[in-house]
Amino acid sequence: MPDARTPAPGTPEPGAARKSRKIRVRCEVNGRAVTLEGYPMARLLDVLREQAGLTGTKEGCGEGECGACSIELDGALVNSCLVPALQAEGAKIRTIEGVAGPDSPCGDAVGSERLHAVQQAFLTYGGAQCGICTPGMILAAVNLLERYPEPSEAQIREGLSGNLCRCTGYTKVFDSVVAACRLTPPNAEPLR
Amino acid sequence: MRSYIPAYEMEAPRDLSDALKRMAAEPGVWKPFAGGTDLMVLLEAGKLSHRRFLSIWKLPELRGIEATSEYVTFGALTTYSEMRRSAILARQFPLLCRAASETGSVATQNRGTLGGNIANASPAADSPPALLVYNAELELVSASSSRWVPYHGFWTGYKQTGLRAGELIRSIRLPSMAAGWKHYYRKVGTRRAQAISKICFAAAARIDAGRLVDVRIALGSVAPTVLRVLETENALRGERLTPANLSAAQNVLAQEIAPIDDMRSTARYRRRIAQNLLAEFCEMLAA
Repeated sequence: MPDARTPAPGTPEPGAARKSRKIRVRCEVNGRAVTLEGYPMARLLDVLREQAGLTGTKEGCGEGECGACSIELDGALVNSCLVPALQAEGAKIRTIEGVAGPDSPCGDAVGSERLHAVQQAFLTYGGAQCGICTPGMILAAVNLLERYPEPSEAQIREGLSGNLCRCTGYTKVFDSVVAACRLTPPNAEPLR
Repeated sequence: MRSYIPAYEMEAPRDLSDALKRMAAEPGVWKPFAGGTDLMVLLEAGKLSHRRFLSIWKLPELRGIEATSEYVTFGALTTYSEMRRSAILARQFPLLCRAASETGSVATQNRGTLGGNIANASPAADSPPALLVYNAELELVSASSSRWVPYHGFWTGYKQTGLRAGELIRSIRLPSMAAGWKHYYRKVGTRRAQAISKICFAAAARIDAGRLVDVRIALGSVAPTVLRVLETENALRGERLTPANLSAAQNVLAQEIAPIDDMRSTARYRRRIAQNLLAEFCEMLAA
């Protein structure tokens, strides 16, 4: 180590602390190949927001409790505040910006894309209020429906249990996901 | 306060041997980093004491579930989601499936690993009581050694383990369970989903001709470490499930655990609930 003294854990000492080097992270975000740059332990949440400009992913608690920063990483729902940038190398990432698509089987048209059934249901059934938890809720619901196209009530409740909302009281969120199941034909092509 | 991110280094070793070589070259400097569900929380809180990490998440040598007639063996990176999906676990080691399904949210279960849960050594973790009931063994590897150790006693204190510098947990194995065991798991938290436990109770027993011929009981959140309550087991082993025998075992249990008052619960509540869960376990056995 070049510096003789060891800083206390976590103490910000830009001058004294050994600095790591920024790295390039090549990954696929919402179907597009991108190269992101950041410190290896930067939170994927911050890299996506600040480097990729994808500010739909929100920060709530920053410690994996609230689910506001939910994204899909190689098809798995994760809290992006707990993923270091280095671990996104080579990954396929989907954020809220990648949920609507031209091939969505239902949902209103927005520009050249159509809303996903879950997004449509959140609009119709009042599943969104202030909007901070909504992107994470929708990712969690979309991921749930990919795993269980016809989920039971218990599966819906469990699938959303990692996403906290301080506005809606959850009933309308739950109703929205139930409605989305009806909007998604069981034998439809898997949603992208 | 969040840590100063540029001060933290992380590298991705090519394979397990590369990881172990780096850990051997600078003992104690490189800490293995798996799914980050504990370590990133510490980073956020400014409490991450290590500065350099090896991302082991992608190492295939640390993945997979294999079953032989003697053991079921898991790679240390087996996630809670993978445990929940494992048919062999559901059949032979249901407590571990239950523990996995009661750990955090879907997102946490997709990233949290069994090896990480063991290495983190929190007394409030959900899978260790199940591992204790199933007499789990750990494979610890370094650049120059490989050893199997019993999980029981692997911890040396609050969040301290017997891992030597340069060692990491490669796999976890559970000896096959004979037929006839009954299994019980209950986690008590503030809410059903995604709470850290106030108390966690895992147990299994075999009954023959009305007597408890074998019994194993382990608890979380009742001591500085996860705890196998051997004295309580001894109080029950060989006995019939009578109210008097249960009451005697409850008294032993209350002495054997050492719960504290903290942000999640009180010593008094935890002691009472531990006794109640022992009663519920015995009721299940009698049913």
